[in-house]
Amino acid sequence: MIPELGHYALMLAFGLALVQGSMPIVGTRSGDPLLMSMAAPAALAQFAFVAMSFVALAACYVSSDFSVLNVFENSNSTMPLMYRLTSIWGNHEGSMMLWVFILALFGALVAALGTNLPPVLKTNALAVQGWIAAAFDLFILTTSNPFLRIADAPFEGRDLNPVLQDPGLAFHPPLLYLGYVGFSIVFSFAIAALIEGRVDAAWARWVRPWVLGAWMCLTLGIAGGSYWAYYELGWGGFWFWDPVENASLMPWLAGTALLHCAVVMEKRGALKIWTILLAIVAFSLSLIGTFLVRSGVLTSVHAFAVDPRRGIFILAILALFIGGALSLFAARAPLLKQGGLFAPISREGALVVNNLFLTSACATVFIGTLYPLALEALTGEKISVGPPFFNLTFGPLFVPLLLTMSFGPLLGWKRGDLLGAAQRLLAAGMLAAVAVAATFAVARGGPVLAPFGVGLAIFIMAGALTDIAERTMILRVPLGAVLRRAVGLPRSAWGTAFAHFGIGVTLMGIVVVTAWGSERIAALRPGESIDIAHYRLTFDGLLNRVGPNYRDLVGHFTVRRSNGDLIGTMEPSRRTFPARSMATTEAALMQRGFGQLYLSLGDPSPDHTIPVRLYFKPLVLMIWLGAVIMFIGGGLSLSDRRLRVGAPTPAKARAAIQAAGRVA
Amino acid sequence: MIFPRPRALLLAFLLALAASVPVRAVEPGEMLANPALEARARALSKELRCMVCQNQSIDDSEAPLAHDLRLLVRERLKAGDSDAQVIDYLVARYGEFVLLRPRLSWHTAALWGLPPAVLLLGIVTIVAVLRHRRPTATSEAAANLSAAEEDRLADLLRGKG
Repeated sequence: MIPELGHYALMLAFGLALVQGSMPIVGTRSGDPLLMSMAAPAALAQFAFVAMSFVALAACYVSSDFSVLNVFENSNSTMPLMYRLTSIWGNHEGSMMLWVFILALFGALVAALGTNLPPVLKTNALAVQGWIAAAFDLFILTTSNPFLRIADAPFEGRDLNPVLQDPGLAFHPPLLYLGYVGFSIVFSFAIAALIEGRVDAAWARWVRPWVLGAWMCLTLGIAGGSYWAYYELGWGGFWFWDPVENASLMPWLAGTALLHCAVVMEKRGALKIWTILLAIVAFSLSLIGTFLVRSGVLTSVHAFAVDPRRGIFILAILALFIGGALSLFAARAPLLKQGGLFAPISREGALVVNNLFLTSACATVFIGTLYPLALEALTGEKISVGPPFFNLTFGPLFVPLLLTMSFGPLLGWKRGDLLGAAQRLLAAGMLAAVAVAATFAVARGGPVLAPFGVGLAIFIMAGALTDIAERTMILRVPLGAVLRRAVGLPRSAWGTAFAHFGIGVTLMGIVVVTAWGSERIAALRPGESIDIAHYRLTFDGLLNRVGPNYRDLVGHFTVRRSNGDLIGTMEPSRRTFPARSMATTEAALMQRGFGQLYLSLGDPSPDHTIPVRLYFKPLVLMIWLGAVIMFIGGGLSLSDRRLRVGAPTPAKARAAIQAAGRVA
Repeated sequence: MIFPRPRALLLAFLLALAASVPVRAVEPGEMLANPALEARARALSKELRCMVCQNQSIDDSEAPLAHDLRLLVRERLKAGDSDAQVIDYLVARYGEFVLLRPRLSWHTAALWGLPPAVLLLGIVTIVAVLRHRRPTATSEAAANLSAAEEDRLADLLRGKG
C-alpha cells in the first residue's frame, strides 16, 4: 500500500508541476493576477506531494519491504539502519527521487520565503522550476519508477553495493545534489529575467544567496567525495579525473565564475549578459553531469545505471532546456542594456580575468570529458583521455588564476591601482619568498618546482589575510580597536578572505603530498617490518572479525617511530560481503598532524605473505580542510547583512534602478 | 609522434590543482630489481589505460589485465626498449585506446587545440569589448537620460528646481 501511495503522490506532483509551469506564465503574459497567484501554492503543494512520495520510498527501505523491486535490488535486512536509509539514493531510481525532492524543496523555499521578490520575476521563476520538475517527474514515472513491485516477494534483498556502504554515502550525493539543483533556481531566475526582458543589479542580489548556497554545497560535496575515494578505493589518490568527478567539477568551476561575476553585477551593474549566460551554463553543466552519470554513457567507477531509454530521455531534457535557454538568451541578450563602465585595471577587471581562466578551465574539462564520447559516436574510433591530458591542459589555466587571485580584492572598483595593490601585497610576497627558501633548505628530493608551489600557497593565504589586516589596521591601532573593526567589517569581506585562504590551504596540501609523499610496497610475513618516512610498521598477524553483514580479514600492525617509541596500531582489512560475494579494501589511516599514514592490504598469497601498500602523506588533510574553510567563507558571505535584509534601497529608487535596467 | 613533454613543464603542473597523487596497485612480485628501470616502468604505467577497467591506469588497477600489462611493460624495458618503443609496441597491439594521453593527430587536433583556442577566444573577446566600449564612455551618461529627465535637468539648470 505504501509504495502505491508514493507512486500516486509522484503522479500528482507531476500534475501540479504542469500547473505550476503553465498557468502562472499565462498570468504574467496576460497580466492576470489570479493566474499569477497560482505559482506559489502550486510550488508548495508540489513539494508536499514529492515529499510524501520520497517518505513512502524511505518507509519501504526502513521496513525492508523486498516486494518493492528497488528495495530488493539495493538493500538487505542485515544492513544497519543508516545504510538502509542512505541506500535510497545509492541507486539510479532513488537518486533521481532525491533530485526531484531537493528541486521541489528549493521551489517551495522560493515560494515561501521570496516575499520581497518582484511578483512577475518570482512567478516566472517558479514557472520555470515547474517545467524542470515536470520533466524530471516524468522521467522517473516513465523510465525509473522506484515503486515497481515483484509478484513473489523474496525473503532477503541483494544488498547495497559494498563500496557504497560507507558514511560517505550519507553526505556526498545529497550535498552534490543540493549544489546541482541549487543552480536550477539560479537558472530559473535567469530565464525569468530573459522572459521579462529586464535584468538589474537587484536581480543579482536576489540570486546571489542561491549561487552561494549551491556553491557551498558543491564545494563540500566534491571535497567529501574526494576524501571518500581517498580512503575507500585503497589507492590513496584524491582526484582521478574520472568523468563522474569531472561532471561535478564543471558546475563548480562555472558556479565559482558565476559567484564572482554576480558580485560585479550587484555592485556595479556591469557584466549583466555574461552573468545571465553563466547562470544558464552552470545549471546546464549540472544537467550534463546528471546525464553523464545517469545515462550510463560513461563506463566509469561510479556509473551504476545502464539503460539506453533513460539516456535518450535525459538527452531530450538536456536538448530542451539547454537549447531552449540558449535560444531565448540569443534572442533577448542583445536587448539587455549594459551598465557600469570600468577600466581594465580595476576590481571588475580582475573579476573578468578570474572568469576568463575559470571558464577556460571549465571548457577544458568539458572537452576532455566529452571528446572521446563524441569521437566514438562520430567515427567509431576509441581513444582515452586521462589524467595526463588534464594535468597538461588544466594546470596551465589554473596557475595564472592562483597567481592573480590575491590582487583582485585589493583593487578598487572602476579604476584600480595595480602598483598600490602590489605594494600592499609586499609582506605576503616576502613571506612567500621566505617559504620558498626555507622549503629548498629543508626538503630532500621532490620536484624542483615544488618549493615554488609551497610559496604560491603561502602567498595566497597571506594575500587573503592582507585585506583583513589592512581594514582592521592591525599593529597600527590598539588591539581593542582592531577587534571592534574586525567585527564591524562586512561579513562578505570575511567570506572572501576565508574562501581565498581555503584555496591556499588546499593548494598547500596538494603540492606537499604530491611532491613529498612516499610509498612502500612489500609482501610481509608476520613479525616483519617496513619503514617509511620516520616510522616503522611491524606486521603482527592476521585475524578474522565478523560485522553485521560482512566478514573482515584484519591485518594487525604496530606503528613505532624510527627511534623505537610506540605510537599505536593500525588495522587495515579486506572486507567480504557474502550477499554480493564482493570484497572491498578498508584502508587504515593514522593522523600525524595534518599528514596521514595510509595502509592498505592486498589479497593474502599462498606463501603466507600479504601484500601491503603503505603511504606517508604529509599535509594531505589540508586538501579537504581547505574546502571546509571555503565552505565557511561562503557561509560568512551568505550571512552578510545586505543579503539578509534584501535590497535596502527605498522603493522609489529601486523602481528607478529597475526602469534603467529595462530593455531599451 | 608523441606529444612533446618538456620535463620542466610537467613539473610546473604539479603545482596546480590538477595534479593528483601517485596511486599504485603494483604488486611486490612485479617490481624490477633495477630501480632505474622500475622507475621508468612506473612512469610508463601511469600513461597506459587498463582497457577492461573504468578509467584507471594500469598503475592503479588491480585487474588481471593490468597485471599482465605491467609485466609486459617491464619485459620490454628489460629487453632494452626505449619508452617510445614500449608505447609503440602497446599501441600496435591494443590501439590508441591504451593511451591515457592521446597522441596529437588529425582526429585529436580538436581535443588538444580547443583548450588554448577557448582561452584565446576569451582574451580576444574581452579586448574587443573593452576597445569597443571605451569611446562611448563619456557620452553614455548623457545618453541614458530620457526626454522627461532631460526636461527636468534643463529646469534644474535654469534654477527652477
